[in-house]
Amino acid sequence: MTDIVMDSSSQPTNHNQDRATRASEAVKRGLKKRYAAEKRFKAYGIGAIAIAMGFIAILFGTIISNGLPAFSETVIKLEVNVSEEIIDPTQERDPAVIRAANYRKVIFDDFRALFPEVTARRDKRDLTKILSSGTTFELQRLVTEDPSLIGKTIILEVPVAADFDLYNKGVISRDVGEDDRRLKDKQLDWFDTLVEKGMIDTRFNTTFFTNADSRDPELSGILGAAAGTFFTMLVTLMLSFPIAVAAAVYLEEFAPKNKLTQIIEVNINNLAAVPSIVFGLLGLAMFITFFGLPRSAPLVGGMVLALMTMPTIIIASRAALKAVPPSIREAALGLGASKMQVVGQHVLPLAMPGILTGTIIGMAQALGETAPLLMIGMVAFIVDVPGSITDPATVLPVQVFLWADSPERAFVARTSAAIMVLLGFLVFMNALAVLLRKKFERRW
Amino acid sequence: MGEVTTNIPESKPAVPMPGAENAGDVQDAKFKSRNVDVFYGDKQALFGVDLDIRANEVTALIGPSGCGKSTYLRCLNRMNDTIDICKVSGSIELDGMDIYSNALDVVHLRAKVGMVFQKPNPFPKSIYENVSYGPKIHGIAAGKTELDEIVEESLIKAGLWNEVKDRLDEPGTGLSGGQQQRLCIARAIAVQPEVILMDEPCSALDPIATAKIEELIDELRANFTIAIVTHSMQQAARVSQRTAFFHLGYVVEVGATEKIFTSPDDKRTQDYITGRFG
Repeated sequence: MTDIVMDSSSQPTNHNQDRATRASEAVKRGLKKRYAAEKRFKAYGIGAIAIAMGFIAILFGTIISNGLPAFSETVIKLEVNVSEEIIDPTQERDPAVIRAANYRKVIFDDFRALFPEVTARRDKRDLTKILSSGTTFELQRLVTEDPSLIGKTIILEVPVAADFDLYNKGVISRDVGEDDRRLKDKQLDWFDTLVEKGMIDTRFNTTFFTNADSRDPELSGILGAAAGTFFTMLVTLMLSFPIAVAAAVYLEEFAPKNKLTQIIEVNINNLAAVPSIVFGLLGLAMFITFFGLPRSAPLVGGMVLALMTMPTIIIASRAALKAVPPSIREAALGLGASKMQVVGQHVLPLAMPGILTGTIIGMAQALGETAPLLMIGMVAFIVDVPGSITDPATVLPVQVFLWADSPERAFVARTSAAIMVLLGFLVFMNALAVLLRKKFERRW
Repeated sequence: MGEVTTNIPESKPAVPMPGAENAGDVQDAKFKSRNVDVFYGDKQALFGVDLDIRANEVTALIGPSGCGKSTYLRCLNRMNDTIDICKVSGSIELDGMDIYSNALDVVHLRAKVGMVFQKPNPFPKSIYENVSYGPKIHGIAAGKTELDEIVEESLIKAGLWNEVKDRLDEPGTGLSGGQQQRLCIARAIAVQPEVILMDEPCSALDPIATAKIEELIDELRANFTIAIVTHSMQQAARVSQRTAFFHLGYVVEVGATEKIFTSPDDKRTQDYITGRFG
């Protein structure tokens, strides 16, 4: 008995010391492993980021290298004698006559005169294919605006046909067999002659930014789609921002917390996850078929996108409202402010940066949305720049879709260029969101 | 009653208190609470509280954490209304008018009963806007000049004027903790309330700032009725004329501060004050 007691009283100290030494050794042994694990983890992280950045670089590299050629255009400086005999034989300067005159003949006559050796009917036709169909419209526009030009010789500076533009940029090459390209050797020779004569020039592509869509790639531009996007976004913002903020404020500040509001909450969150094309179908069924609103119009597009954007803004706004410290509410309530005053004068201003950030992110989402707009007819080929929210229009992403779908090779560059413009808008909006957040961020 | 008009509560003899539970019964009560029960959902936080708060006196509410003193304080300006699950029953009268009746609007009540919170909570606006906010929403000031006067007066009363008079347009959140708390007091005063409730106003402050606030409380007593929740026994002893000891949702003992701190009737009060629990 005594022995056991002795043992048990002396052993714990030894035992504890033992354990301490063993523990420290175990820690030492384990350390290396732990550091290795940490290093591995960091390496995974860096690898993941590198892969992501790599893909972004590839994406941007492709888009930019494809799209850059679209920002320059090949033009021809054409000396044209605006012959009175052809344009206005009666010499009465009647606008109707001037407008309906045969400008094509004026241009073609002068252009063919540059190549007197070309006589065959077929060759003559191939020769004039160098000129874009926009050339006649340009001359018509100039003369109609200023009839005093009739009888004078003017210099037209107009884009050449898209295929020759590509040849000038080196996309179409002589090295490819004649049968495998759209341009004949003869046409290339004629074009080279024009280059030698100094009639061909390359300039910044203003056409791309001043025209709407066109069947002729050299005449097509993004202004129509950009205007359509502007009107659509305007409608979306005007509808979704006030409705979503009002809904968020009500749900967060005023609504009683019960089953019904819970159901509403869940539904709003679910709404954010609904595929966008479903909203398009809803728009088609409700706004166009039932309410009879115009098809292809930014009004309907904006309404559909507003439906889609609203849940995003509501969720972001509620988070922003929740983040306002309760002490501010208490302070205002304690002074005798009514609920409305507390929300309007204190909570909402403090939540505004978060709400604006959410709104801009929602708008950026809507900006890039294509699918629902296909359903309501905003995929139409529209040559006029829309002037109001009820005019037929298309938007940038749909324009990208349309051009990507076109067979003409010249649209490849324009597609990428349109994507660049779209991405430019997105980057701008996201930068704005960051700036707003930085500027209005207040500490309390 | 003659004692009241002299308005020197310190010199008053302790109000005779036969028992602990009905000790709140005084004649010149600003707030008269009878049988107040408060529930948070199923949990009862206050049990039949009878407590009177006298005009132009500082009443300290002391007790261990979770004893219901803050809950009681927040009943007095109906701040508990903001908590959905909070239910208040019993009667609380301000100058003989039931504050939970429909006859008294809660906004009106809060204009009469100001509050200063545990953590200084100035609005993230300028010092001027902080103080002028209350008068503005209640339409107290007739014009810009009167508003300026109210702001200056309130800041002077709160002992902050000299420190901030040259930078009224700077944000109130840029002040030090103690200054922020005095700004909150100035903001409460600016509404011209009759009562100021203070919920541990010094718990987030250093001793120097605390001393300033205590001094201020003593000065404010001349014009306002004050109820203060505090965890500091010394503070209660220093600033208050009457003290109520809360324990587990009951008011155990109410009486003149001097008496509570020297010869309390209840053993629990004695134990708490001497630091045996809490």
